[in-house]
Amino acid sequence: MVSVSMTVNGRTVSGQCEDRTLLVQFIRENLGLTGTHVGCDTSQCGACVVHVDGKAVKSCTMLAAQADGSEVLTIEGLASGGELHPVQAAFRANHGLQCGFCTPGMIMSAVDMINRHGGKLDEKTVRAELEGNICRCTGYHNIVKAILDAASTMGDGTRVAAQ
Amino acid sequence: MGMEGIGARVARKEDKRFITGKGRYTDDMVAPGMKHAHFVRSPHAHARIRGIDSAAAEKMPGVIAVLAGDELAADAIGSLICGWMIHSKDGSPMNMGDWRPLAQTKVRYVGDAVAIVVADTKAQARDAAEAVEVDYDVLPAVTGSIDALKDGAPQIHDNAPGNLIYDWEIGDGAATDAAIASAAHVTEMKIINNRLVPNPMEPRAALGVYDEGEDHYTLWTTSQNPHVARLVMSAFYNVAPENKLRVIAPDVGGGFGSKIYIYPEEIVCLWASKKTGVPVKWNCDRTEAFLTDAHGRDHVSTVKMAFDASNRIIGLKVDTIANLGAYMSLFSSAVPTYLYATLLSGQYAIPAIHANVRTVYTNTVPVDAYRGAGRPEATYLLERVMETAARELGVSPAELRKTNFIREFPHQTPVIMCYDAGDYEASLNAAMAVSDYAGFAARKAEAQSRGKRRGIGMSCYIEACGIAPSAAVGSLGAGVGLWESAEVRVNAVGTIEVLTGSHSHGQGHETTFAQLVAERFGVGIDTVSIVHGDTDKVQMGMGTYGSRSGAVGMSAVVKALDKVEAKARKIAAHLMEADESDIVIENGELKVAGTDKSVPWFQMALAAYTAHNLPAGMEPGLKEGAFFDPANFTFPAGCYICEVEVDPETGKTEIIQFVASDDFGKIINPMIVEGQVHGGVAQGIGQAMLEAAHYDPETGQLLTASYMDYTMPRADDLPSFQVSTTETACPSNPLGIKGCGEAGAIGSPPALINAITDAIGNNDLTMPATAERVWAALRSAR
Repeated sequence: MVSVSMTVNGRTVSGQCEDRTLLVQFIRENLGLTGTHVGCDTSQCGACVVHVDGKAVKSCTMLAAQADGSEVLTIEGLASGGELHPVQAAFRANHGLQCGFCTPGMIMSAVDMINRHGGKLDEKTVRAELEGNICRCTGYHNIVKAILDAASTMGDGTRVAAQ
Repeated sequence: MGMEGIGARVARKEDKRFITGKGRYTDDMVAPGMKHAHFVRSPHAHARIRGIDSAAAEKMPGVIAVLAGDELAADAIGSLICGWMIHSKDGSPMNMGDWRPLAQTKVRYVGDAVAIVVADTKAQARDAAEAVEVDYDVLPAVTGSIDALKDGAPQIHDNAPGNLIYDWEIGDGAATDAAIASAAHVTEMKIINNRLVPNPMEPRAALGVYDEGEDHYTLWTTSQNPHVARLVMSAFYNVAPENKLRVIAPDVGGGFGSKIYIYPEEIVCLWASKKTGVPVKWNCDRTEAFLTDAHGRDHVSTVKMAFDASNRIIGLKVDTIANLGAYMSLFSSAVPTYLYATLLSGQYAIPAIHANVRTVYTNTVPVDAYRGAGRPEATYLLERVMETAARELGVSPAELRKTNFIREFPHQTPVIMCYDAGDYEASLNAAMAVSDYAGFAARKAEAQSRGKRRGIGMSCYIEACGIAPSAAVGSLGAGVGLWESAEVRVNAVGTIEVLTGSHSHGQGHETTFAQLVAERFGVGIDTVSIVHGDTDKVQMGMGTYGSRSGAVGMSAVVKALDKVEAKARKIAAHLMEADESDIVIENGELKVAGTDKSVPWFQMALAAYTAHNLPAGMEPGLKEGAFFDPANFTFPAGCYICEVEVDPETGKTEIIQFVASDDFGKIINPMIVEGQVHGGVAQGIGQAMLEAAHYDPETGQLLTASYMDYTMPRADDLPSFQVSTTETACPSNPLGIKGCGEAGAIGSPPALINAITDAIGNNDLTMPATAERVWAALRSAR
């Protein structure tokens, strides 16, 4: 067993878990934050994407112990003060989700993508950047639209807006 | 249409919980004292079980129980069934082999469940499962349908000699043969429809909770049809009587058919909860999903299409072999028969059709309905043949189709279906205009100047949705009726709950069903809640598949709304001392036409519940239920056009444009309908270009059992789609809806393959058209 302590969505949390516990298991099972999903065993689908110290990470590729001392942001912590994050709002406005299972990972990846590229995203870049997130419902059409919409809303001040 | 009524592009009510991480899926559920399950599965495709030794596993940390098939059988838990009876052409019933939830004597595919381990944690259950010693006597295996029918093939079920499940036919063989003999031209093809894995992003899961005090079971499960699950588990699997079994399908992360069926794990988790006295949760790994979720398609067909001298189709003869895997899944028998061969007339007037279908057992996971279910197979076969025939006859693909379109309705085909409405040329013309079909030659020449090969292909599909009326499907062998039920509860404060037997796993029912109420009463959709997915709340329902939620499920809601409206009018007329026929309902008010008298909706509702001043003899309250059984299937149809550019050096195909023009009848929410088409087209493109389940033919191991090996369509494999609709109303239901859930997956594969074969000048190309296959086909065409 290993003791881990980290900041999740602004709250300090700590817990005991088996050494082999993945970060996604710690988030879902120890912390009860079930918005982060598991869709595959091989780090392909991206349903488990969270931010660790400001970067998008597949939380199934990392042990909980490796995140000790880190700042973690999950989908539950993205909206602030009851106000949706612009990426969340854009996914709804553009029908960028159907069953909702891949959605938390998609949104967390999209926020990271917009942070890195600012308002300069185009369709080709968005599609290339989504390589690590699989959706089976939407055919990506409206996800791409939503991300481009959010990027233009957030503009050049994206990094500030996201934090 | 109001702001939120029928036809409005309303953003979805259910989105808030999904975009904030508050969706509640089965694997998110926690029951007090809950333990975790892992299944011991066969590593062999075909083997006898000599014995199971769980002694070492039972001593592992955290292990509560290791339970195997003999104990399950001792408790009289039943075998899994196929719910649709098909008779062979000699009159004999299909050969249904025994499918035990936990195999006792023999395993028949890699992944066949043998035992369940229950432990404190999931990891402990998995560790212990590895310590369960199963002594297997490995037998030769067969995975391909053609091989399974050969003399000397391994025999999979004792009661299915030669692995043949049934040998079925439809249509007039003699008339078809005569047409072919007299034809001016016959196009012949061999068509393979590749085997696919549905892959909803949420892996299957089940949480079984047995309450000893009440002798009652609750199952949380990833199901498209919880009521059917309860019915089957009660009536056939002997888990518990219906009044002692509650099935809840909460948020479900996609289904595409694969979550229609009742799988062994759900049955075993419920039973294991009683055996162990603790709630038992299982959730599936992705590889486990590849190994055990019902697969789709897997047809091998030969086809002859006969034309007269004026290019009219005079006959169609089809011979199909369908691989149903190791056991007959719940609806597996219907897919290559009544959901496939009955659509072989396509959009065309064909006087004579004959189809012969043989289904076979193989040592692979069961095959059942996957998005489209039989209709993609029929459409792919027909539309590949039509495009090929056009090339052989030297006419344009559009002209050949127009020459043969059905233009008068109703139209009785030679294969059971009676099409009720459509305008196929309207869809074709719309798709050709959007794609600038006329300008293709110039674009091709431009691509040629860059050393690239351009191609264009089309597909005109028809499908049958709703999967009803009940009497009709019953006469064809269905074990259940395929109506739908609804209940509309108007609360005393005027808010409304709609209970439906349809189930939403991404389709947006919480929004579109509420739009029906907004349209009818002028109330806001925020005052309407849609309740579904719980057998304790909704009395009965047949669930969601076959694009039936709109055509059948919504129609039941409409019938219930009719009854609510009738009573509301009576109450309002009484309150305002007016004639019932003068009451109009709009903007949340009941008004007396031509006067300034009105009663707000909520006040009428309150009056129904206070019951202080109701018309003489009227019962208090305002709650009505209805069942709807349609008069016919519905027949969505459309035209898809795909334009591709192939790099001759690498064989890589780029989709330049994909145009869909669909006739779905009346549309409730265009935004949601477009989303359904996008997703369906993406799955169809996946089938045509990327996806295939490959079994090793010697060992029966699934070689494509993870996202590293099975190519799921990614964002950069796909273009944005150009989607539009035409409309002919469906006469078989009150809303005129045809359904839109499967069209994209049905219409798109032939359009893409027709485009690629056009680009490379070689018609001999099998799905998936990977870069390697396209490159090879291009080389051999030179």
